Amino acid sequence: MIEIKNINKTFGDRHVVKNVSFKFLQGKTNLIIGESGCGKTTILKLMVGLHNVDSGSVFYGDQDFPKLDHQGQQEVRKQIGMLFQGGALFDSQTLEENVRFPLDMFTDLSKEEKIERVNFCLQKVKLEGKNLLYPAELSGGMKKRAALARAIANNPKYLFCDEPNSGLDPKTSIVIDELINDLTAELNITTIIVTHDMNSVIEIGDNILFIHKGENWWTGDKSQILNTDNKELYDFVFASKFLKTVFKKS
Amino acid sequence: MLMYRVFSKPQKFSVYIRQIIFEINNIGISSLPIIAIISVFMGGIITIQAAFGFNSPWVPLYAVGFTTRESILLEFSPTIVCLILAGKVGSNIASEIGAMRITEQIDALEIMGINSAGYLIFPKIAGAVFIFPFLIAISMFLGIWGGYVMGVSAGACTSYEYIYGIQAFFEPWKLYYSFTKVVVFAFIITSVSSYYGYHTRGGALEVGKSSTDAVVYSSILILLFALILTNLFLNH
Repeated sequence: MIEIKNINKTFGDRHVVKNVSFKFLQGKTNLIIGESGCGKTTILKLMVGLHNVDSGSVFYGDQDFPKLDHQGQQEVRKQIGMLFQGGALFDSQTLEENVRFPLDMFTDLSKEEKIERVNFCLQKVKLEGKNLLYPAELSGGMKKRAALARAIANNPKYLFCDEPNSGLDPKTSIVIDELINDLTAELNITTIIVTHDMNSVIEIGDNILFIHKGENWWTGDKSQILNTDNKELYDFVFASKFLKTVFKKS
Repeated sequence: MLMYRVFSKPQKFSVYIRQIIFEINNIGISSLPIIAIISVFMGGIITIQAAFGFNSPWVPLYAVGFTTRESILLEFSPTIVCLILAGKVGSNIASEIGAMRITEQIDALEIMGINSAGYLIFPKIAGAVFIFPFLIAISMFLGIWGGYVMGVSAGACTSYEYIYGIQAFFEPWKLYYSFTKVVVFAFIITSVSSYYGYHTRGGALEVGKSSTDAVVYSSILILLFALILTNLFLNH
């Protein structure tokens, strides 16, 4: 489990994250949702230490991440897998080398064991047999899946996904969502997804944090979100007239 | 601070060694063709210009070989070739690391718990510091050989005079001076370029700017340190 407590972040005179607290549950798909620019990606980056919090705590188990020294943070990060918005695959490496990279750095597995693990991860994301392709040879959806394979290669306890569906067609988006959801349940990891994709929210939102203007505005799950009486959340969820009509009818 | 992270203890030696070998090839071996071409032609040009300048009965023709050797060993190969490498290697390093920064590849390394500065920059510095002296030694050899081939075939001097000239008044400590410069320049090129690449923020435009800044500041520092080292070694 990861818990954030009263975290704040300011960039210049812009107070981007305001006193946000939330518990991200293990074995569940936790979503941070909100409009573009509301501060959700900043929260994610604060949680993994890519930005430093101005105040507040980020607990991984009982360890307060911002208060750890550099070495301590590196140790926590070894338990983290992250899927970046653009994939962030290493251009100069093949798919196999990309997925093998965390294993090369942090394990003493033999070459055969590493290859076996790489193939297992690629098979999980339905990219088996694509080992020798370079990132430039992959489609957008394949890149996301490859990045997911790399993120789970070293058996992470925590999986962070920044806009995993951005730039993907609806069908591929659902494939990625289901993949993340299945991996979360199968590996019993704590998954945190930043998204503004309503399909994802309705499909896989086990535990949802809605951010509005940098504040914790609403928390709940996918069954509660469609019946919300919170105005800002309602406006966000039913921004599409089509969705509004469909749900009114049902 | 960046250099502290670059030179902190490697997380996995075998991976770093592999990276260093990769960089030796990437930075060094791939630069060999351009160095060879430039060195051969510059050797020839220096020889012919020297012969043209020494067109006097008071100056022995072996001075042509002597001048070519001194020019190439003391300045052309260690300094001018390193300035050329600053352009080729420096821009390559800055744009490579800069592109990794803006596409979040460096963030990905950090999230994995990897010291990104150490993993990306240290192998480049170590690789360059190791391979540059070999490249410059090859440049020196090819420059003097180019001077011989072009000088003799152009009739600037005879084969005997040139060979006598390149051996005349040779002081081995000058090689020590030259290779000290090369090691310092290798460090400057890779560290300055890595610094600009690593601190790139923004998009493609900023990657281009980092690349340009890397070459400009590497070149300025090379010239500055060339002056300092020359003063230290030769001005006594």
